[in-house]
Amino acid sequence: MPREFTPKVVTANALLSGEVVYLTANDDWSPRLSEAEILTDEAHAQLRLIEASARQSEIVGAYLADMAQCDDGPRPTHFREEFRRTGPSNYAHGKQADL
Amino acid sequence: MYSYSDFDHAFVTERNRQFRQQVERRIDGSLTEDEFKPLRLMNGLYLQLHAYMLRVAIPYGTLSSRQMHRLADLAEQYDKGYGHFTTRQNIQYNWPELRDIPDMLDALAEVQMHAIQTSGNTIRNVTADHFAGAAADEVMDPRPVAELIRQWSTDHPEFQAMPRKFKIAVTGSANDRAVIKAHDIGLRLHEKDGVAGAEVVVGGGMGRTPMIGKTIADHVPMADLLPYLEAVVSVWNLLGRRDNKYKARIKITVHEHGIEDIRARVEEVYALIRPTFTGVDQTLYDTIKAQFAAPSFTKRPVSAFDDHYAKDPVFRAWADTNLHPHRAEGYAIAQISLKAHGETPGDATAEQMRVMADIARDFGHDELRISHEQNVVLPHVHKADLPAIHARLKAHGLATANIGLVSDIIACPGMDYCALATARSIPIAQQIATRFDELKLEHEIGELKIKISGCINACGHHHVGHIGILGLDRAGVENYQITLGGDHTETLALGERTGPGFSAEEIVPAIERLVGAYLDHRADRDETFLATYRRLGMAPFKTALYGEQTAKRSKAA
Ligand code: HEM
Ligand code: SF4
Repeated sequence: MPREFTPKVVTANALLSGEVVYLTANDDWSPRLSEAEILTDEAHAQLRLIEASARQSEIVGAYLADMAQCDDGPRPTHFREEFRRTGPSNYAHGKQADL
Repeated sequence: MYSYSDFDHAFVTERNRQFRQQVERRIDGSLTEDEFKPLRLMNGLYLQLHAYMLRVAIPYGTLSSRQMHRLADLAEQYDKGYGHFTTRQNIQYNWPELRDIPDMLDALAEVQMHAIQTSGNTIRNVTADHFAGAAADEVMDPRPVAELIRQWSTDHPEFQAMPRKFKIAVTGSANDRAVIKAHDIGLRLHEKDGVAGAEVVVGGGMGRTPMIGKTIADHVPMADLLPYLEAVVSVWNLLGRRDNKYKARIKITVHEHGIEDIRARVEEVYALIRPTFTGVDQTLYDTIKAQFAAPSFTKRPVSAFDDHYAKDPVFRAWADTNLHPHRAEGYAIAQISLKAHGETPGDATAEQMRVMADIARDFGHDELRISHEQNVVLPHVHKADLPAIHARLKAHGLATANIGLVSDIIACPGMDYCALATARSIPIAQQIATRFDELKLEHEIGELKIKISGCINACGHHHVGHIGILGLDRAGVENYQITLGGDHTETLALGERTGPGFSAEEIVPAIERLVGAYLDHRADRDETFLATYRRLGMAPFKTALYGEQTAKRSKAA
């Protein structure tokens, strides 16, 4: 049986800054995960990834990242995505400091 | 110190000019990422978890104060005000923007530095003993040889697209401070019957399949060294497993073919190519050697040192821990720890870099070194100047007296920065250092090397740590595996796994139990952790980690 599709967001790194960004519902790239479009339909998710990947002059390496759907928006289900969201944990100088 | 020739200047300038255009073309959309990636990697530019990372080579770890100042300027102007010194004698900038990279590379070129071959399947930055030219036990200065190899390998047409990256380390002392047996090629310089030459060790390495290098030649005279090295790299370039990147390193080639077979093939190639080396390399070597002439050491009384040593316990602790014997009378090698308790191992702020540069200029014959243990070295300082040096270091958080101790931890960037990581390394190092600082046991424990990597690539050298820690991903949770008994010196050994790993919350208490077991079991204060482990084996440490029952059960299994 095919595995059930779990919620995802499209994420990438911004071409100029290298920063982690997320695709929003109105086609912007946002540094805030809370603003990302949550993709719950597999076909739609694939389409959004293809569209995003074509935007070569804005981003690098777009992919679908697993998320849990919570009241306050998407939340990472794996610690790697959590660190991508929050920035380095050795001291506050990454994203935590800027956002 | 080596000074660029006109050729070197022209070469680096041209490379930077090319890369500037490539960056522009990536930004204006004429290059895709697939086209751009190999070009940026050729210039040391990675894309990591949160940003780009620029890796700058510090050949054989040697820097002038002017160069260190420039590294500080880059950290301030283009990054977040700090840089990260690595085990491969590089500096990594964690936050540069793509547009700024060409300017950064030009700024580096002005002080004869670059990022060429700090990535990709080429011969990487050649590393060397960080006490080169200064250590009391040195037979030959390894830096001229390292520089010769750098010039030979940079842009060598045959070695730009090899099966995998290739790392060479050189030591000129019997005491190996360059970890030569864990490199693709390790060289130990020595004299035999009055002829200077090198023992050549091949096929060592860390990564997912750690191996100890084997001696392929006892003594290759200096005059024949480059052709011999070229033969070794050529043989591997042909035989190396291009079908599988995990099996591509020369360690696997040596393992699969056996050292005798490799030696025979190398000798065959060597005989063929030897005549093509006309001796120009030796003329060059002589020119390079002259540039590494020792500074003129002065004879002065050391009483200022002795007085201070007698009356200031903080200075005494620092001197006892961070100084190393120098070859010249009245001189010392001073190590500056980049491992202040709770800080990120290997990081230095722009201000700290400037302080170290200024000290080197004022008191240290203008020389600095970066050690593979992520610390900075002042290779030539007069003992009489040490109280003043110490005071300046202290004022800038650089006088931690912990070289070689439990908090002098090598940690790779791990998942706080690195795109390949499976777990974090830095916070674990921070917590261990902080914990042992609270316990005030460091100096009691004595020499103990903890080394941490955030994935099996082993950038943090965990295989050769007395205590090695490897961060892994166990079903979406950070998990840390411990190895014991590794040794990074001339008696190189790979650590052995203790058993199941520990969670992020459990790992620091686990390390504390290991160290506690050592303190309980050591014969006396002079028996180091490593010596105790070698005498008693794994058993008491396993019990400390897992308890009596588990230890017995896993022994039976
Ligand atoms: C965050 C950027 C980094 C990346 C992407 C990276 C990548 C890698 C990779 C892919 C390997 C595996 C090589 C193999 O087995 O073929 C490796 C090994 C290694 N790296 Fe890094 N590394 C990074 C940072 C560092 C740092 C900061 C250090 C020093 C603390 C370092 C030093 C080493 C060393 C010593 C090895 C040992 C393995 C060997 O060559 O046998 N790297 N690295
Ligand atoms: S050991 Fe792994 S996690 Fe650490 S820097 Fe190397 S590649 Fe990254």
